[in-house]
Amino acid sequence: MSLVEIQGINKSYGSVQVLKDVSLDVAKGEVVAVIGRSGSGKSTMLRCINGLEPIQAGVIRVDGTQVNDPATNLRKLRQEVGIVFQSFNLFPHLSVCDNITLAPRVVKKQAPQAAREVAREVLARVGLEDKLDAYPSQLSGGQQQRVAIARSLAMRPKLMLFDEVTSALDPELTGEVLKVLESVAKEGMTMILVTHEMGFARRFGSRVVFMHEGRIHEQGPAAAVLAEPKTPELQTFLSAVLH
Amino acid sequence: MIREFGLIDVMYLIAAARWTLALTATAFIGASLIGIVIAIARILPLAPVRWVAAAYIHIVQGTPLLVWLFVIFFGLPLAGISVNPWIAAATAFSVYGSAFLGEIWRGALVSIAKTQWEAGASLGLSLGEQLRHVIVPQSIRVAIPPTVGFLVQLIKNTSLAAVIGFVELTREGQLTAAGTYKPFAVYITVAAIYFAMCFPLSQWSRSIERKLDVAR
Amino acid sequence: MKYGLQFRDVFAAWESILDGVWITLLLSALAMVGGLVIGIACAAARVYGPAWLRRIVGTYVEVIRNTPLLVQLFLIFFGLPSFGVRLDGLTAAIIALVINLGAYTTEIVRAGLEAVPKAQVEAGHSLGLSGLQVFRYVVMFPALKAMFPALASQFVLLMLATSIVSQISVEDLFHAASIVQSRTFRDFEVYTVIGVLYLGLAFAFRGLFAGIYYWAFVRR
Repeated sequence: MSLVEIQGINKSYGSVQVLKDVSLDVAKGEVVAVIGRSGSGKSTMLRCINGLEPIQAGVIRVDGTQVNDPATNLRKLRQEVGIVFQSFNLFPHLSVCDNITLAPRVVKKQAPQAAREVAREVLARVGLEDKLDAYPSQLSGGQQQRVAIARSLAMRPKLMLFDEVTSALDPELTGEVLKVLESVAKEGMTMILVTHEMGFARRFGSRVVFMHEGRIHEQGPAAAVLAEPKTPELQTFLSAVLH
Repeated sequence: MIREFGLIDVMYLIAAARWTLALTATAFIGASLIGIVIAIARILPLAPVRWVAAAYIHIVQGTPLLVWLFVIFFGLPLAGISVNPWIAAATAFSVYGSAFLGEIWRGALVSIAKTQWEAGASLGLSLGEQLRHVIVPQSIRVAIPPTVGFLVQLIKNTSLAAVIGFVELTREGQLTAAGTYKPFAVYITVAAIYFAMCFPLSQWSRSIERKLDVAR
Repeated sequence: MKYGLQFRDVFAAWESILDGVWITLLLSALAMVGGLVIGIACAAARVYGPAWLRRIVGTYVEVIRNTPLLVQLFLIFFGLPSFGVRLDGLTAAIIALVINLGAYTTEIVRAGLEAVPKAQVEAGHSLGLSGLQVFRYVVMFPALKAMFPALASQFVLLMLATSIVSQISVEDLFHAASIVQSRTFRDFEVYTVIGVLYLGLAFAFRGLFAGIYYWAFVRR
């Protein structure tokens, strides 16, 4: 059974339809890279998966739970679906440790000491164990984004969503974040990434999904799709991003 | 008998200022308790609740404080609650202050970026937990300067309690002026005491605001 | 015995109440005009004036904003006669309101002037405009737009605050309440009716200011 099932979803902001009959299945352990121009609906689709955006038609299921059902406990779902944003969205008033342990303590009722141990462990995975008691403002953009990833990992999610996580970073800082993504992927995490990093998509993506004007325009195995795009739109897009 | 306006009268006026401060403190606590409810009601994703809170603010901010003082002073006894000027004034100022603090604090809450709410929600925090752990702690910094500024308004406005016979600084001034026939000297002294209470707060409010601006 | 609310006696006194409304409107209008004139003059002095003038204006603003309007009113009405200056209630009230509002308006106008980015002024100068032309064509419009909302809400607050002139026997709307009350002994009803009237006035002023704002700044 697929971990994520998206069936025929539609979404509009007012009269503008941003998602048109989008369907996508993601199996456990897959790493799906979603690419496309800005405004193609890729970030919106990602945000629909953990219920941040409501949809007007269709069905989204994560691990069998229907996301767009009013009876669904979104809080419970979100504990199992991590999301990392383009702008990090760390809590500026909390230390790195408190950023990471807030949800485990408040939502999962972990004891502070146990939560701190978890924080230490996930920080080690992103290579920042020495920043446990730093504040976000003392970190570089790349370090903040790694903390944001650690914060998601601390909830032990079954699925992780990444929304253009390197786009707000200076070029020299994207490498350290991509390296962390790589290691998370190698651990077998199911990941859906909206990204402009074609190199990463090619090497670690099990599949590439190209979105165009609110639809999934083309998809397939990462290497094949990127090497031999079939539709003229994807060809144009790829030649533009690969200059 | 007419007496002179002397040092002893100044001491009495300063002593009366403690009732001004006591009324301000009581009203501030009352206004804070109602104000925080109003502020949160104004941002809840429930339209009817927002409307009720908005109507409350419009009505309170659209009527003079004197009217609130009198309506509560004369109205509560009709509801079978006996009131002295102290309770009437504390209630009226709490109602009045809650509308202003509610607006100030709503402004502070909405000044926090929407992405902070989203980050909290994405980690599985409930709406209340997002408010408590993520939004409120950050908005307090933003709220402090205007809140202190409002405290100055509150101190000055407690002078209106004199009208229903509550003896605070202004009422004591009226009594002293009547006894000494030196209204100018008395009211200048009264004004100076208010200034001594309000000016430091105004300055403080401005200095923390400047620090916040620099921090951004 | 249960107390029954009775508004009939209160409404019977509508003529006194209407007179009070007129005085309140008159006071508010005069104070707004006077306060605005003082505010603009003082703000200009504070932003563009020499240091000694800036200090005087600064002191005026701080003293007024950190003392109660009621005490300012008492000083003018009860205090000035000690120096042989005897004013009737209405005059004293207008003076007190203008001086008070002037201080708040100064700060609002100043903030409005300072809200116009320096780069805009520099751009104007580098195009060869004179100081006055820069003010007229570059600063004035955005500054007015920036200060208008704060000015409007300050004016509404002032209209409500005029109610305290009843304390020196000026026959405004709030004073009308005490007259009707002494005639009918319907305290609660009287002050409720008066409160609703003030609320109506506040809404009317807000509507008027919103209309002016739309007409002056949004429509074009």
